[in-house]
Amino acid sequence: MQQMTAQRPQAAQPKRDPAPSRVAYKAHRLWLTPFVRQLARVGIPVFVVTMATGWYLSNPTHRFAIVEKAQQVRRTVEERPEFMVKLMAVEGASPVVDDAIRQLLPVNFPISSFDLDLEGMQAKVAVLDVIERVDIRIRPGGVLEVAVTERQPAVLWRAASTLEMLDATGHRVASISGRAGRADLPLLAGVGAQDHVDEALALIAAARPLAQNMRGLVRMGERRWDIVLERDQRIMLPEQNPVQALEQVLALNQAQDLLARDLTVIDMRNPARPTLRLADPAVEELRRIKGLELGGLAQ
Amino acid sequence: MTDLYDQQRAMRAMRMAAIQRGVIAILDVGTSKIGCLVLRFDGPDRFRDSDGVGAMAGQSAFRVIGAATTRSRGVRFGEVDAMQETERAIRTAVQAAQKMANIRVDHVIACFSGAQPRSYGVAGSVELEGTAVSENDVARVLASCDVPDFGEGREVLHAQPVNFALDHRSGLKDPRGQIGNRLSVDMHLLTVDSAVIRNLLYCIKRCDLEVAGLASSSYVAGVSSLVEDEQELGAACIDLGGGATGLSIFMKKHMIYADSVRLGGDHVTSDISKGLQVPLATAERIKTFYGGVHATGMDDREMIEIGGETGDWEHDRRTVSRAELIGIMRPRVEEILEEVRGRLDAAGFDHLPSQQIVLTGGASQIPGLDGLAPKILGQQVRIGRPLRVQGLPQSVTGAAFASSVGLCLFAAHPQDEWWDFDIPADSYPARSLRRAVKWFKDNW
Repeated sequence: MQQMTAQRPQAAQPKRDPAPSRVAYKAHRLWLTPFVRQLARVGIPVFVVTMATGWYLSNPTHRFAIVEKAQQVRRTVEERPEFMVKLMAVEGASPVVDDAIRQLLPVNFPISSFDLDLEGMQAKVAVLDVIERVDIRIRPGGVLEVAVTERQPAVLWRAASTLEMLDATGHRVASISGRAGRADLPLLAGVGAQDHVDEALALIAAARPLAQNMRGLVRMGERRWDIVLERDQRIMLPEQNPVQALEQVLALNQAQDLLARDLTVIDMRNPARPTLRLADPAVEELRRIKGLELGGLAQ
Repeated sequence: MTDLYDQQRAMRAMRMAAIQRGVIAILDVGTSKIGCLVLRFDGPDRFRDSDGVGAMAGQSAFRVIGAATTRSRGVRFGEVDAMQETERAIRTAVQAAQKMANIRVDHVIACFSGAQPRSYGVAGSVELEGTAVSENDVARVLASCDVPDFGEGREVLHAQPVNFALDHRSGLKDPRGQIGNRLSVDMHLLTVDSAVIRNLLYCIKRCDLEVAGLASSSYVAGVSSLVEDEQELGAACIDLGGGATGLSIFMKKHMIYADSVRLGGDHVTSDISKGLQVPLATAERIKTFYGGVHATGMDDREMIEIGGETGDWEHDRRTVSRAELIGIMRPRVEEILEEVRGRLDAAGFDHLPSQQIVLTGGASQIPGLDGLAPKILGQQVRIGRPLRVQGLPQSVTGAAFASSVGLCLFAAHPQDEWWDFDIPADSYPARSLRRAVKWFKDNW
């Protein structure tokens, strides 16, 4: 079948080479200008992005939404099971202290480890007098470990109205209701005694031979110690070198059985001149013996 | 005269500025095509003397980074005929070249082939002020040339000093610093129709380009197509273009004569078109594919389909033998060459020691021209192709681009021209001040 329309052979078309319009030509030249190019490729995008961001952030609702979204994302990360703390373990504390610590740190488990203020908790626990040292850390497995070292009471101190336990450094450990509660601890009394517990302990150690008789130590005038013994006997020690003075007394005691005699006070305040105060019956007895001697002489 | 002087100096300054900036475009406004090359000047020569390469004919300083040609519109005989069309064609070429170079060009050096160039040889002579020739003496001797009356509406396109003579010693290339009494100069003036220049400048200006130089295409074709010894010993370059055929004669590396014949390849095409009754585009295609100037027996049997689109079967199925085509082309080519021969004779080319003739330009690619041309122009004829320059695409290395390439060389190594020398001091206001100072010195 032959087509009715004539199929004319296409003559070789010359290569199309259209002239650019004046506007296109100028635009092309403008585009080839380095400054314009830089502006279009860097300046305008930066400007647009800056303006768009600025406009978006100028609206407080958008800012709030962004902050909220960020917090939400943060929470989802923080609340992943890897970061959750499920229980608290207190180690090295007596049951009373354990209870006290648990009351002091009211944590609702489970809680994210990011929400735990470990340093704050440590400071809070360290406020307790009985605590010498506390380490708080989060153990793998989601356990909040509170490792506690308790103070060991070394002496009792009878303060103005209460009876306190002190440790070897003189720090308060706890109050106690009666002396009988800790009969094993030596007793201190007097204002300022708590600041010189180390001296007191040295004296107590030195006075071990008298331990059966000793009732306690009294700080006199916030400067020196008295040792109070049974039968209201007192050994008054000097400010300086009380331990040597005590040892002097002990030596006398050993040699002459001093404390078994009817004395009330052994005054060592001047170590070079120990002075004894006799009890009243002894004074009278002495006076009688003197009288006998004098009478004997007179007769 | 000073107007032109200032204009040329301004162009010169602009060219220096463009070379400083590193990018300049060259624009070859021809009748059949408009070519634009973008040159990048790399600053100081990349090849040092120690490389043993030499100056590479000035090429090492620049590189072609963009090249584009477009079919010319609105140009006849190498002159702007329809300004809007020409402007559009220039825009097309410049935009494509810019796109290839990916750089914006603001300065352009243009060449054109028409505008009826006329050559004048002028001479001047002056007594030296001192014992040695100074720059000022050169300027004075150039200014002292008695300029012929080249008529209303013509302007000087090139004014190149071609020879200096000091006393009885002639043939000096550079007389500066030499000792003598009387300095004379021979200068070659090339004048063209000023209206043509104005039209071209207007077209270029409409494209937002600054003109940094103008050259005659017959001159720049000679610069690129003649090899160095031909330029030195004397040779003529014939640039067979589309609408005009330029011819330039070189001697001692200077152009001493230039002219243009208003005949070219387009006339051959139009002859074919008329003779075979085909459109110009078809005639151009037939000329390019099957053209020749020397028929052989084989050509009688080679039939060419010339086609057509009229719908008349008989008309559209015509064939013509190649011998017939050659029969149409040969007389026109002979006419062009004879016209050129006439111009060369008028210029006294046959008195030159060397009779070398180089044919270049698009129409020089006609097969068989190397057999025909010696019969008319003499025995020493060769077909020339332009010099190779760095970065030039393969597609624009042909003979048709002789003037484009020549313009590149012209931009890189311009010939000293009259306006490159300072205005002589005695025609300069500063001179009066100097005289006043001298008067004070002498009297007090």
